Amino acid sequence: MEQLSNYIADYFELSGLAREIIFAVLILVVAAVVFIVALTISGLLTLAERRVAGRIQSRVGPNRVGPLGLLQWLADGLKLIMKEDIVPAASDGPMFRLAPYLVVVGVFAAFVSVPFGQLLIAADLNVGIIYLLAITSLVTVGVLMSGWASNNKWSLLGGIRAAAQIVSYEVPSALAVLSVVLLSVTLSMSDIIAAQGSWPWAWYLFHNPFAFLAFFLYFTAAIAEGNRTPFDLPEAESELVSGYNTEYSGMRFAGFFLGEFANIYLMSAIATTLFFGGWQIPTVTPEQQAASWGLQIIGLLIFVAKASLGCFVVIWLRWTFPRLRVDQLMSVCYRYLVPLAFLCLLANAVYLLVVPAGTLIDQIIHYGTAALGGLVALIFFWRVLHHIRSVGDRLNLNVLARGKKLRFDPSIQARRYGRFRRKKFMKETN
Amino acid sequence: MTEILQVAPDREELVLNMGPHHPSTHGVLRFVVHTDGEIMRKAVPDVGYLHRGLEKIAELQTYPGYMPYTDRINYLEAMFCNMAYATAVEKLLGTEIPPRAEILRVIACELNRIASHHITLGCITMDLGAFTPFVYLLREREKINDLMEALCGNRLTFNYMRIGGVSQDVDDKWLKQLETFLDHFEPVIDEFDKLISYNEILVKRMAEVAVICAEDAVGFGLVGPNLRASGVDWDVRRDLPYGAYPQMAFQVPVGIGEKGVVGDCFDRFIVRVEEMRQSCKIIRQCLSNLPEGDIKAKVPKMLKPPAGEVYSCVEGARGEMGVYLVSDGTTSPYRLKWRTGSFAGLSIIEHISRGLMIADLVAVIATLDVIAPEMDR
Repeated sequence: MEQLSNYIADYFELSGLAREIIFAVLILVVAAVVFIVALTISGLLTLAERRVAGRIQSRVGPNRVGPLGLLQWLADGLKLIMKEDIVPAASDGPMFRLAPYLVVVGVFAAFVSVPFGQLLIAADLNVGIIYLLAITSLVTVGVLMSGWASNNKWSLLGGIRAAAQIVSYEVPSALAVLSVVLLSVTLSMSDIIAAQGSWPWAWYLFHNPFAFLAFFLYFTAAIAEGNRTPFDLPEAESELVSGYNTEYSGMRFAGFFLGEFANIYLMSAIATTLFFGGWQIPTVTPEQQAASWGLQIIGLLIFVAKASLGCFVVIWLRWTFPRLRVDQLMSVCYRYLVPLAFLCLLANAVYLLVVPAGTLIDQIIHYGTAALGGLVALIFFWRVLHHIRSVGDRLNLNVLARGKKLRFDPSIQARRYGRFRRKKFMKETN
Repeated sequence: MTEILQVAPDREELVLNMGPHHPSTHGVLRFVVHTDGEIMRKAVPDVGYLHRGLEKIAELQTYPGYMPYTDRINYLEAMFCNMAYATAVEKLLGTEIPPRAEILRVIACELNRIASHHITLGCITMDLGAFTPFVYLLREREKINDLMEALCGNRLTFNYMRIGGVSQDVDDKWLKQLETFLDHFEPVIDEFDKLISYNEILVKRMAEVAVICAEDAVGFGLVGPNLRASGVDWDVRRDLPYGAYPQMAFQVPVGIGEKGVVGDCFDRFIVRVEEMRQSCKIIRQCLSNLPEGDIKAKVPKMLKPPAGEVYSCVEGARGEMGVYLVSDGTTSPYRLKWRTGSFAGLSIIEHISRGLMIADLVAVIATLDVIAPEMDR
């Protein structure tokens, strides 16, 4: 952004105070743009979730508002804005009102340092990844605050669960992130991407077996941090009604909702950055990419595609798995994820020490991991395809076609098909 | 109720009011849950929100006129309520039922059992957080509903049985549809197993949770799948045969503690899955030997059973569904009492809830298959 500001200032040959003013205005503009982009992404994700869920559950999903239902999220947002914003009489008013803002700010502010493209990053902080981990912790405060201020026992339980869960799972996710930081020797999001290669086998995902493990640790922990199934205990509908957001309505509820969905994209984007080579285009070096607008756009598309795939997996998991119990959740974290994450961190450090980069052993391990990962992915996709095929025609089976020939009693037929068809039907049967 | 709502003397308890409107209480049912954080000290059920006086209504109705009311005892297994009531009155009258009607009754009942288990299994998985299996099972249940609609004109409150037989005959087309459905449905059970039954998280959530030992199960009067999951091999269809069941060959699935202890939530889950397979088997047998003939015995329009009392029970989807009927020789029952499985299932919850998590309570309610209208009647 400083580059852009300097560029504009140089173009108009400004200096001194004018430069500062341009910079300040630019900050506001970029902030607004980031906010709108994040809002759009989370809105589209709500739609994607419903469509994907529909397909998974052999139904259609929302497809009425706009082409393919693409405007559904706008309609939903409009509805939520127009709804009454109820603050329960017994609640702790100011805290109750403040809580959703913390959640929204916590998630949306993180979008500032998401590298959508090589130059399309609002603020390429030199401590980018630490900033992301820190700012998303605001969500915990907001969630706990909302649970407490609602003055509802179910919300309180949800809030406490959320606080315990998010704080616990931040440990393995941060440790997994640190493994990558060890490999890249930088905290800046752009530099982490630039340090990776552009081809899949050059991603940090396949750098060594422990980096591969680190990705799964990060992904699991991030799903738990985002309160998604199978770790959606804070808002477990069947247990806690709706957890911490039970008492919220209207735009404040939408705040929690958008925060959750923005968080999905955020975690996918971080995973893309750390493990999947971000906006790198195969056969193009970062220097070449920086020089061309076209390549920038291709990089953006690649990044968005990778992140969308991550979002899809998260949604897929949600509609497949049951939910863990709270003690199981904690034991997963402290018994398995945290020790494994420590192991990962240590092993990565040892690997860097013992196996010098570029040597033959390094190459063998590197490509071996990539081959193994590819194989795992292939087996997985083959299994999915196999299951889809094995179900195949049974899903479309029209056992009890709703045709009139199969009907037993004409009066039932008439009731189902209504008045106009009734006449036609009576004519046909007579 | 007032004393259980009071705060415990050590002030360490959180008294939670779960219901009457709560997503996982399956109808209008209330629990007063005493918890210490997430761990329950006890959960006290509070019933009566759906009391409609269906037993009293019987005293004001004629014998055939009460049949539609029985559908409302339990909307998920209306056919069994029909059946229990019809067999009770027939026992009182001493009526012989035509063989075709007996077989049709079995077909209808077993179809209804499958439909009811669809909802139960779906609700278990949904309460444990997996929404998709519920939708899949509803998709299959829809086909049964269509079959039922074609059979008797109703999709939920069937009112199919009559005293002395059934209301509608079936044609070959319907039987063919039924067979197609069975061919389609039996692989779906395997698919369901693959999809969710042995899912690691689901097993972890249900195995060794809320174990009901055989003594407790008998002591609290549990019936049906809940009783069998505790390892007690008792099925009214086999042990107190009625209707056409003596002609049928089927197995009675009993809990074996497949993933944990006998009588845990997982056993209650898997016993129901197995029962759906057995129901398919029974229906296939019915299809292969469906006799020709009448569907209704000759009974007088104005029924006046002789004075006396009778208890008749059938094996419903939630276990033994019994009717105790007292006649004083007039056209309406003197007294009618329903004995339903959900009520017994509910009564044990307070006993086994100590030390469970709140999330486990949800699993317990769902696997005990407690249906609010059946309890309150």
